[in-house]
Amino acid sequence: MKPLLSAKGLTRRFGARVACRDVDFDLWPGEVLGIVGESGSGKTTLLNCLAGRLTPELGSVTYDSAAYGTVDVHDLSEARRRLLSRTEWGFVNQDAREGLRMGVSAGANIGERLMAVGARHYGDIRRTASDWLDRVEIERDRLDDRPTAYSGGMRQRLQIARNLVSEPRLVFMDEPTGGLDVSVQARILDLLRSLVDSLHLSAVLVTHDLGVARLLTHRLMVMQGGAVVEDGLTDQVLDDPQHAYTQMLVASILPV
Amino acid sequence: MMNTTSSLSSGPRASSALMSALEARGPKEHDGPVLKVAGLTKSFVVHAHGDLALPVLRDVALAVSPGECLALVGPSGAGKSTLLRSLYGNYRADTGSIRVHHDNAWTELVGAEPRTVLDVRRRTMGFVSQFLRVIPRVATVDVVAEPLLRLDADPAEARDRAEFLLALLNIPQRLWPLPPATFSGGEQQRVNIARSLIVDYPILLLDEPTASLDAGNRDRVVELISQRRDAGSALVGIFHDLGVRELLANRVFEVSP
Repeated sequence: MKPLLSAKGLTRRFGARVACRDVDFDLWPGEVLGIVGESGSGKTTLLNCLAGRLTPELGSVTYDSAAYGTVDVHDLSEARRRLLSRTEWGFVNQDAREGLRMGVSAGANIGERLMAVGARHYGDIRRTASDWLDRVEIERDRLDDRPTAYSGGMRQRLQIARNLVSEPRLVFMDEPTGGLDVSVQARILDLLRSLVDSLHLSAVLVTHDLGVARLLTHRLMVMQGGAVVEDGLTDQVLDDPQHAYTQMLVASILPV
Repeated sequence: MMNTTSSLSSGPRASSALMSALEARGPKEHDGPVLKVAGLTKSFVVHAHGDLALPVLRDVALAVSPGECLALVGPSGAGKSTLLRSLYGNYRADTGSIRVHHDNAWTELVGAEPRTVLDVRRRTMGFVSQFLRVIPRVATVDVVAEPLLRLDADPAEARDRAEFLLALLNIPQRLWPLPPATFSGGEQQRVNIARSLIVDYPILLLDEPTASLDAGNRDRVVELISQRRDAGSALVGIFHDLGVRELLANRVFEVSP
């Protein structure tokens, strides 16, 4: 078995500030990797470098593509990388408005992804889109509404449907439940958890919420000041933190 | 760390029609130990307190074979839970070796990749704790069935087995479709036991599995666990209740502070 995604020596600066420094890891098929740390620790920069949205100054990201074999994500042409990100990847943004096309219907948002992987039959696309609305607990009769008419939680679920309908092999998620009410958050966590299991997804999830990390991830990387200070099995990192920074993070969780 | 081995009577084993209906699919036969620990050392370093180091385990060695139940004994704070959690890979050992018989080969867990530990946990080594980590919105029956579904079991079969265990552990049927978040402590503990026992793990680690149960439920749990032992699982557990320890353990391992 080969890693699905490998990062080697990834470094990215913004001016004089180092956003991520010398990050190395392998993501194996079926694994959900969490990247945790406080705001400004470099989590989102790392995620964007992994997904090819941001170019690192040093280091490389290789991906084991179903269509093209092993590719260097940052060596691909822009067109090829866009195709890859529509067909084999998903990217769930914290702000659903960035991940959805707000000017077209929910059905079109889902259908667009299906067409990217070759679906052409209008009736089939519509049926699949409608099935996915159901799967993410949005009423089917909202298929023709635009996401502008949806609540924040519904938009997030629609964004998840849009990303997962094409059964991607790898999903990047940036704070997918950030900024949502706790009841809405629970619903989305439950949804992601069951989809990850049933579709055997591999994923990289950025979150500052250790509860979310505990629920959704198999392993964790803890980032501080752009560097990975600790990594390991999720329950091990949270129950037996080794690094001073991780110990501080874990000790800061409010009990309910 | 002292390793005293003594014999405990395994006690009479009650059986019922209900119990025998639970198909006891024992692990494959294997001669000799399936879990071997050597030179295991574990300390905690608390960075917020001037890097205070708390040594807990020093040079622990033990081995457990199929059909055996090893009871960890010792005063509170001696490191029994730390040892059990280290065996499961929940705590990270400093040095030493924890080897499990997995897929007909020995797998080293100290320093292993997360995916290796997870694979051992999925198929070979289970952990029964006192507390259920509640998953929001997931129905009790699905919480229990999940470990079996992760082994690609038939969903209907997994559900049947989950319902059977829930009935056996006296969880009222009207509660099965509800998430266990609002259940009593004892009910949550029994849901957790059902979840931990739905897969026939060749190695089972038990941390006070009967801690807050009433006598009737305690007996059910003891019966279920002894059935696993007799079917060939290797067990390591912490049992403060002396009656429970007498019924389950064949050997004791003294953990000293």
